[in-house]
Amino acid sequence: MAKTIIPIGPYHPLLEEPEFFTLTVDGETVVDIDVKIGYNHRGIEKLSEMKTFDQSVFVVERICGICSTSHPYAFTRAVEDIAPVEVPERAKFIRTIIAEGERIHSHLLWMGLAGHFLGYNTVFMWAWKLREEILDAMEILSGNRNNYAMFRPGGVRRDIKQEDIPAVLKKIDSIPPTLTMLKKAVTDDPVLHARTKGIGILSKEDAIDFSALGPTARASGVARDVRKDSPYGAYDRAQWDMIVTQNGDVFDKLVVRVLELFESIKIMKWCLNNLPQGDIDADIKSIPPGEGIGRIEAPRGECFHYVISDGTNRPARHKVRAPTFMNLPTYKATVVGESISDATIILAAIDPCYCCTERMIVRDTKGKKVFTGEDLVRLSQQKTEKLRK
Amino acid sequence: MDREDVLKDIEERFSGDIVDISDRSPKRVYIEIKPDSLRKVARYVFRGLGARFNIASGVDMRYHMEILYHFTVEEIDLVISLRVKLDKDKPLEIDSIAPDMEAANWIEREIHEILGVDFKGHPDLRRLLLPDNWPEGVYPLRRDYEEWDNDAIRDRGIK
Repeated sequence: MAKTIIPIGPYHPLLEEPEFFTLTVDGETVVDIDVKIGYNHRGIEKLSEMKTFDQSVFVVERICGICSTSHPYAFTRAVEDIAPVEVPERAKFIRTIIAEGERIHSHLLWMGLAGHFLGYNTVFMWAWKLREEILDAMEILSGNRNNYAMFRPGGVRRDIKQEDIPAVLKKIDSIPPTLTMLKKAVTDDPVLHARTKGIGILSKEDAIDFSALGPTARASGVARDVRKDSPYGAYDRAQWDMIVTQNGDVFDKLVVRVLELFESIKIMKWCLNNLPQGDIDADIKSIPPGEGIGRIEAPRGECFHYVISDGTNRPARHKVRAPTFMNLPTYKATVVGESISDATIILAAIDPCYCCTERMIVRDTKGKKVFTGEDLVRLSQQKTEKLRK
Repeated sequence: MDREDVLKDIEERFSGDIVDISDRSPKRVYIEIKPDSLRKVARYVFRGLGARFNIASGVDMRYHMEILYHFTVEEIDLVISLRVKLDKDKPLEIDSIAPDMEAANWIEREIHEILGVDFKGHPDLRRLLLPDNWPEGVYPLRRDYEEWDNDAIRDRGIK
């Protein structure tokens, strides 16, 4: 059969981050993949050099609408690494609470989307309904459902009020029962096993070679988590476990994220119950010349910022490395050889800021349009239907 | 192996290749390497020490182009940053480390297009981020960059 080229992307009206994939398929099997990014390259690194250290926090917060805490967290830690500054205990706890809240809402968002692409719209609705609880909790804590604007070099901008804590705990406590039910429904479903087990396997060797991060690496048996390897915030005091599985397929990536949700809830609750008293800001007067590195574990993996200061109030160079930059190239190792109806879920499994499926267009080699992205999602959903029968 | 052993090991193996070691803090070390030796040192850090490649970052300093290759040795919680300085008077080129580790593939493409550093032996040095209508030979993160698109609505910043 003749090879067919499938362009996917670059724009999608619902989600951020446009990307462009070119899948080459032979019959139903994917034989090659190429990724083109850069459609959303806004020159944040350059922009950050024009802002003061205080303003840059707001700029990097807008890199991603989902990871709106990860980038400020990594950036402030890089600035604190230049000085070096010790952040007050209370600020460390507040930072940890906000970062874990973000992880919970990010993982739930991914879970809902993954359910949708597999044709499990019930999972999608349950997960996103559950996500509302954590967003409400974040609104109580920070005043915002997203883009919390809580971070600044040296500490946090806003304190957590003691009287808010019971309401937040109540919101958080309402998550685990539904999540347990959802976890049982998802992990016991034979159709879902058929759709995700042994699909899109990222081997341990490939995970190391690509330097994959976060849940993508941990599902392949690579035990990497900045929160354990290089503890920051309150992660070395809270009791929690790193979730590592061995198979590296889509199912394991799902399991890692669902189990991490429970760990995040544990950390968040512990921090809220043990919040120490004291200052929330180290009050940095000036940043000396030098260079610093900030690493934190974002929901998708390690977020890395490198900052050079020349002694002025602006960074002389600011390098941002988001986790998807390292995880995205692993497609090459996971999608090739798989069936085209599985391509959507494999692409979704690393949890990129997901954007492409509904803009998928299948073309034959002459460029004649054969079917659209909606058809590809339908194709994926039909496969599930077929297995159900 | 702890932190001291790792640093001593690198120092002994590559004594002729290291220009300077800056032992910044317990979790950070910056090692300046001669550009010609970068590939073999990077390969040893990645394969021999089992470090993870974080990322590379390029900076246009006044008299030289600087590239830092950040590696993390997770077991001992140490970030090793290999620094190379490329003379601006000579052609900006360095051996690619992408053939040794797939992880470095994309970032070398990025540095190639935004700073104009040529990575010799890179398997696929196409553009990664810049748009198709971006002119050849214009590098946005260089100090001497000048706005080329008169129609662009961009924050021109502080001169």
